[in-house]
Amino acid sequence: MSTYAQKKGFGATLWDYLTTVDHKKIAILYLIAGGFFFVVGGLEAVFIRIQLAVPNNDFVSAGLFNEIITMHGTTMIFLAAMPLVFAFMNAVMPLQIGARDVAFPFVNALGFWLFFFGGVFLNLSWFFDGAPDAGWTSYASLAMASKGHGVDFYVLGLQISGIGTLIGGINFLVTIINMRAPGMTYMRMPLFTWSTFVTSALILFAFPPLTVGLVLMMFDRMFGSNFFEASMGGNTVIWEHLFWIFGHPEVYILVLPAFGIFSEIFAMFSRKRLFGYSSMVFATVLIGFLGFMVWAHHMFTTGLGPVANAIFAVATMAIGVPTGIKIFNWLLTMWGGSVKFTTPMHYAVAFIPSFVAGGVTGVMLAAAAADYQYHDTYFVVAHFHYVIVGGVVFAILAGTHLYWPKMFGTMLNETLGKITFWLFFIGFHMTFFIQHFLGLWGMPRRVFTYLPGQGFETSNLISSLGAVFMSLGVIVLLYNVIMTSVKNERVGNDPWGDGRTLEWSLPSPPPFYNFKQLPLVRGLDAYWLEKMEGKKGMTPAEPLGDIHMPNASFLPFVIAFGLFVAAFGALFNMDDKAWSVPVIIIGLLITFGAMFLRSVKDDHGFHIHKEELMEDDNDKGVKA
Amino acid sequence: MANSQLNSGNPRVDIEYRRKKSAEEMRHHVVSFALMIFLTLIAFAAVAIKGFSAWFIVPFILLLAVVQVIFQLYYFMHMSHKGHEAPSMFLYSGVLVGAVTILAFSTIIWW
Repeated sequence: MSTYAQKKGFGATLWDYLTTVDHKKIAILYLIAGGFFFVVGGLEAVFIRIQLAVPNNDFVSAGLFNEIITMHGTTMIFLAAMPLVFAFMNAVMPLQIGARDVAFPFVNALGFWLFFFGGVFLNLSWFFDGAPDAGWTSYASLAMASKGHGVDFYVLGLQISGIGTLIGGINFLVTIINMRAPGMTYMRMPLFTWSTFVTSALILFAFPPLTVGLVLMMFDRMFGSNFFEASMGGNTVIWEHLFWIFGHPEVYILVLPAFGIFSEIFAMFSRKRLFGYSSMVFATVLIGFLGFMVWAHHMFTTGLGPVANAIFAVATMAIGVPTGIKIFNWLLTMWGGSVKFTTPMHYAVAFIPSFVAGGVTGVMLAAAAADYQYHDTYFVVAHFHYVIVGGVVFAILAGTHLYWPKMFGTMLNETLGKITFWLFFIGFHMTFFIQHFLGLWGMPRRVFTYLPGQGFETSNLISSLGAVFMSLGVIVLLYNVIMTSVKNERVGNDPWGDGRTLEWSLPSPPPFYNFKQLPLVRGLDAYWLEKMEGKKGMTPAEPLGDIHMPNASFLPFVIAFGLFVAAFGALFNMDDKAWSVPVIIIGLLITFGAMFLRSVKDDHGFHIHKEELMEDDNDKGVKA
Repeated sequence: MANSQLNSGNPRVDIEYRRKKSAEEMRHHVVSFALMIFLTLIAFAAVAIKGFSAWFIVPFILLLAVVQVIFQLYYFMHMSHKGHEAPSMFLYSGVLVGAVTILAFSTIIWW
């Protein structure tokens, strides 16, 4: 196999991506799929804001509104934010630790395709009598009463994409534990790698409760069991607990990688070592641990009793401490640094006040007694959008600009990037800041309309106008992406000029084997160290030798597709359709047949030979 | 990992040292195996002997089970050796998360 880049037709490129096991290409797949679902979820958000722009609006009906808010939340969390975060983890983490790929490339591809088919299955609900309408939390008392198949799409779709996320997380854990380059100790890992590590551990522990909850709900709806049916001795509160034991760590699964991306940005563009590196690591791990001890703060008004409420309130407020450590470390990283205001740095600087605002309202909500007032009002909506948009979405947009050259080999336009930033930043605060007050004035969340003369009109209109700004920001970003791809001006290893970590020592995009020779890591910010000593690249840690690479495979796609087919059968089995059982069987046969094929077929991969690596353009420098 | 070197092809390993290490390992295996058999007998006895209430027997047997799991992990699955820091950290984190869940389900949910 030659390592020379060749011009390929569309079909060949498509087949390449369908069968790829390369972490960098899987990252691009996650970015495209996550970006698509981000736009879908964004459109749903726009419909919500159109409906609420004026009182007594009839843009959508009450039932459709419930479907839209449910799909907006579910899509944004599971199908947009998580895969986009996974895109950066896949693209950057193996490069940052000096690895040639993740530990299990085949499983990595399988994880993507499971997520993808789960997401497509969930969204197909729009075309089969109605999307899920019980809220993204799908509380059992609502979900059990929901007519149609919406909730079944939710249960089966999330189950499939959840498996993908879980195996992705395990893959990252094994990679970080076992595949660090020589000299890359735990305390020399870049902060984004650390946050990937902690996030993956959270995925490992948080997704099983969701799986259990979804299985119980599937049995209740498909087979008439009564786990959540109070009249038959079940209990709907069990679902709430299971969901939030998953759901609260999920918040940290999203926001810790965001912290990681911002930590990289602050250090890079302040041209300084990250302030308090070890305390940052400590804070990240502590947030991960505390994240599992606080879930019941979502359920203060369920009637847990004063003792439980007090315990969970105090535990929740405790999370403010490690988060505060992080905020001060970022501020002190900028302090005295030579700050360069690039597009990613704009997002990073704007993130601090935005996220702190969300954190402060979080502590307000954590006070259990006060929460009885805030509960189910727009105050809560404002809070979690400040945390998730101000934290996670800002990080995703910043990461898109920061890592675009590393992923695609060309820079996004900086001017357009800053226009996107200002539109999005202004729109975000315009949309959500006023919602704090709407909540305090008594506007409940999840209502499809409100009456005139209650004092909600002007504020809701302002909020909807903000959504226009955010949409314009996203459109400018899409335009930027298209223009950049058309121009396709290639860039070198370190296009920002301030790269500190290993990924910037490689060409953009890196060759498919990443490192010709594994680098020797001599400290934190390994590439920066070498640059400061006047060297052009990393010192190799091994002589040049053959590189063992995995073969591409179509099986991950087939395995995931089989589950997608089986899910359709399972869904329509509830209507006693005669064809549903054969469809389930065919789907499972596809899945298990492909798994069997994978097990019995020896696939030893291939070797890139030393000679090929040496002739493969010499300016990258092969050292003895 | 440290435990995989016991029969490495390296001629320079100290055979005497390895042999002594293996003998010691063997002794641990036998002792913990005997103890596990003994604990199993006690568990059966607790049920067979009349006079203990279920409220005693169930937690008692669970306790014995936990001890056996620890024996299994540390003496048979080599968690007592070096190089198992990451697996033990994840095991204990998992146990902690599971325990918190069980604690919550048995205290603050109305059954």
